[in-house]
Amino acid sequence: MAEYKWPEEGKRSHIGKRIKRLDGPDKVSGRAKYTYDLNRPGMLFGKVVRSPHAHAKIVSIDLSVAEKMPGVKAVKIIQGPGAEIQWAGDEIVVLAAETEGQAEDAARAVKIQYEKLPHFVNEQNWDAIPEANRRRPSEATAGDPAKAFKEADIVFEGSYGNEVITHCCLESHGLIAEWEDDKNLLVHQSTQSVSANGPQFAQALGIPAGNVRLKMEHIGGGFGSKFPVDRWGIEAAKLSKLAGGKPIKLMLERDSELMVAGSRPSVFAKVKVAAKKDGSITGWESEVWGSGGVGNFSFAGLLPYVFRAGVENRKEKFSVIGTNTGPQRAWRAPNHPQACLITMSAFDDLAAELKMDPLDLFLKNIALTGTRANVYRDELMKAAEMIEWKKMWRPRGEGAPGSTKYVKRGLGLSLHTWGGGGHASDCDLTIHPDGSVELKMGTQDLGVGTRTVLAIVAADTLGLPLDAVKVHIGDNRYPVSSGSGGSTTVGGVSSSTRRASIDALNALFEKVAPAMNTTAGKLEAVGGKIQEIGKPTNSMTWKQACAKLGTQPLTTRGKNPGKETLTTAGVGGVQMADVSVDIETGIVKMNNFVAVQDCGLIIDMKTAESQVFGAMIMGVTFALFEEKVMDAQTGRMLNPNMEFYRLAGLADIGNFKVHMMTGKGYDERGVIGVGEPPTVSPGAAISNAVANAIGVRVPSIPLTPDRVLAALEKKGGASAKI
Amino acid sequence: MQKFEYASPTTKEQAVALLGKSWGETEVLAGGTDLLSLMKDFIVTPKRVVNIKGIAELSLIRMPRNGSANIGALVTIEQLIDTLGRGFPAITDAAKGITSPQIRNMGTVGGDLLQRPRCWYYRAGFGLLPKGENGEPLVANGDNRYHAILGNDGEAKFVNPSSLAPALIALNAKIKIFGPAGGREVAADKFFVAPRSDSDREYTLEPNEIVMGISIPPTLGVRSATYEVRQKEALDWPLAAASVALTLDAAKKVKAARIALGHVAPTPWLAEAAAEYLTGKTINEDVAAEAGKIALAGAKPLSRNAYKVQLARVAVKRAILQAAG
Repeated sequence: MAEYKWPEEGKRSHIGKRIKRLDGPDKVSGRAKYTYDLNRPGMLFGKVVRSPHAHAKIVSIDLSVAEKMPGVKAVKIIQGPGAEIQWAGDEIVVLAAETEGQAEDAARAVKIQYEKLPHFVNEQNWDAIPEANRRRPSEATAGDPAKAFKEADIVFEGSYGNEVITHCCLESHGLIAEWEDDKNLLVHQSTQSVSANGPQFAQALGIPAGNVRLKMEHIGGGFGSKFPVDRWGIEAAKLSKLAGGKPIKLMLERDSELMVAGSRPSVFAKVKVAAKKDGSITGWESEVWGSGGVGNFSFAGLLPYVFRAGVENRKEKFSVIGTNTGPQRAWRAPNHPQACLITMSAFDDLAAELKMDPLDLFLKNIALTGTRANVYRDELMKAAEMIEWKKMWRPRGEGAPGSTKYVKRGLGLSLHTWGGGGHASDCDLTIHPDGSVELKMGTQDLGVGTRTVLAIVAADTLGLPLDAVKVHIGDNRYPVSSGSGGSTTVGGVSSSTRRASIDALNALFEKVAPAMNTTAGKLEAVGGKIQEIGKPTNSMTWKQACAKLGTQPLTTRGKNPGKETLTTAGVGGVQMADVSVDIETGIVKMNNFVAVQDCGLIIDMKTAESQVFGAMIMGVTFALFEEKVMDAQTGRMLNPNMEFYRLAGLADIGNFKVHMMTGKGYDERGVIGVGEPPTVSPGAAISNAVANAIGVRVPSIPLTPDRVLAALEKKGGASAKI
Repeated sequence: MQKFEYASPTTKEQAVALLGKSWGETEVLAGGTDLLSLMKDFIVTPKRVVNIKGIAELSLIRMPRNGSANIGALVTIEQLIDTLGRGFPAITDAAKGITSPQIRNMGTVGGDLLQRPRCWYYRAGFGLLPKGENGEPLVANGDNRYHAILGNDGEAKFVNPSSLAPALIALNAKIKIFGPAGGREVAADKFFVAPRSDSDREYTLEPNEIVMGISIPPTLGVRSATYEVRQKEALDWPLAAASVALTLDAAKKVKAARIALGHVAPTPWLAEAAAEYLTGKTINEDVAAEAGKIALAGAKPLSRNAYKVQLARVAVKRAILQAAG
């Protein structure tokens, strides 16, 4: 039986190197086709008629005019009279026409009468939340918090929060659905789960799972919002049938993308921390509320974030607030950024109260983080070195070196964790008699480098150059691989690929060993050759070896999970931010931002680092700009556009430095995903840096000028009011 | 988008003959960076779109040696920056604040002056003076964090979005207009008005007139600057902006000053009292800050935008210091 493990450090030909993503040239040249780019023969354009009201009952729907509009091929009611609409933007009618303009005209001609009902969309202020919108809180107590707070040298109290933000995928959600015949559906969909979505269509449409073909070459962002098939996706497939099976393209418009395609819950918290004079944390108390729109979410088991394992005395209360806004969806490391913000802000404020350097306070308490305490310690020290913490840090409000009368500089830090691991993944690796190699897997590349990673693992294992392996993904006819969530993709797909490659290679060794007068167990594949271990003169080129296969290609199925584990779960990370705050205007600018991250054995250093860079950009945006602004009067989102839903541009992000922890203590943990963990800390690290710069805490994120100025004025920080 | 008739005249006479007598019937197309979005969102629904890009004289730039400048309405923001060089810092500072390369390359000087407010209620279809279903004013009672702090007594609460207007006002520029009755000029500070109804516009242009360009008087010896308080360096509108033009005497005392604010009122805001205060003074930080205070003396913030008063004061202060060098 084969033994499955990753190659030792000295024996890796591609793994761990800095390799450019294979589809990079296609993407920058426009050759890469996203679902949005595809146009199928005879394709119709779908449009959804959405509720303008946040809470209403549908009284009547009149389709008569719309149905007769030019080019209209099919119209279908999604929610009919009597249905109660719970948020502005919810789908009522879907229709398809020959051109996008015709579809839009027809959508505007649909007449819907509503009976308006009271709505509630602003959950920021606890006291202003109606009783009816407060869902039953969950409460938990551990240890003896009352005693801990009574015996504490210091009890610090603080309030923190962040707003609802959206995923804002640059390629909006959408699909093209078409019927190849009465019973077979073909879907091109922008999705995070190519393999899993076919059965969802099949079930909803009453056809066998095998009758749904689902494809996706490239995706322009998902971040957790593109897993299941949305109701309107199923409706598009039904509409296609009504239209004689013609392809219907239904991509969300930008405003819909921001209103209905998911969001991340807001979280607001009142926190109490019990500590000793030396900074040792002994107790935690938190009252937390937040809203995921009409959806639910859980915040259990997270606080105090990262340090929970060691903080034995805890009292927690968490309330979900229901609002008439679209439901939340998983958003890169669900709930962690919010939990991190609350915890790291409170600990940082505690350090300021104790006149301690927060780096010292976090190090002092590092054992409370549990099993990864040493990782965190190493990462803290590394990050501190990279940002020159000891040289640059000054006590809160004093201003780090480089501060001027009106521009105050500050440093802040944060810690985070995430699981990762490897999801279920199957693949087929085929070695052709001509020496070419193909890998087929029903996974998807969310822009993170999955294609590249697969080629690296297969080529490294087979001793071949990268371009010798052709990778096929993004089609549900390939072996099933799970949806990309929880940072489990790279662990899953690299494990199954490694196993398939090892098995294929062993099978090839069996075929060629007799011709080389040796046994399969004595062969290795290195540098495009099959050779005898310790006797490299007894060798055969890869091509010669594959010719021994005769006419039958050699295909092996790789699986994960499988024999021996090639992946584990659990990572830590540290980020440190260096910001400048204009205390006259409240405007925050990023100077330097440092991330230190572990994720086990790294397959591709370049794409791993890119993941971290991307997370940091998203994090700067979250910290400084993003907010789903809901209007209390109309119940509508006020900024469903790229103008007032602000995203950081390159000029706004400052200098980033990323360090990945590798080598002993890291590599042997196997491959672990890194998509989510680095998104967790930025809000906290940047908020802490701002507090350090200006001398007061800006209690909630985003750190916009109005909030910064209000904090400065309220608490008598370094205000420079004219 | 509503169907419309498309006209592409090649002379200014043809153009104005194609325009309607009331607002809304026809719209003028130049760079299209604003008009197209407004039409796609059904915020404006013209029956006829008059493309003026074929009128050659609208692209002319004339810069005589006396330090004045005549800039055609169709000159793009990018061309404006390239052309003006260092002679008109208030204008080029403001133009560079349009941080979207796409808008700088397509957007025109005329379009910058005539673009419609960015008010998020207006852009969502609630009208220029946004009202709810029962006629209740939406801005005053709603999320007005980006709205007016000055000149907001009437129903108009949006802020004028023009980047160039405050600079043009500070430099005493004139807007050149052509209509059925021929050409006319309006001082930049008299060009803008707060509309009283949804069917009014934010400027004194008549529906059948077009903006031909701008005329900037000689600026030799004028020190000018624009300071924008902006949250983002990438595409974003300023939260407040101020343009300042100063003439100093030999002793570095202010002989004449003009200050105009942007993004604080339904029109660009001429701060006359602040300018008067500066006259005869030597510029230093305290004087500049005091001028900022005076400029905002009449500010009446709405429920959520008091912070903008501070931002506008700082914009004035920094623009003065920058202009004075």
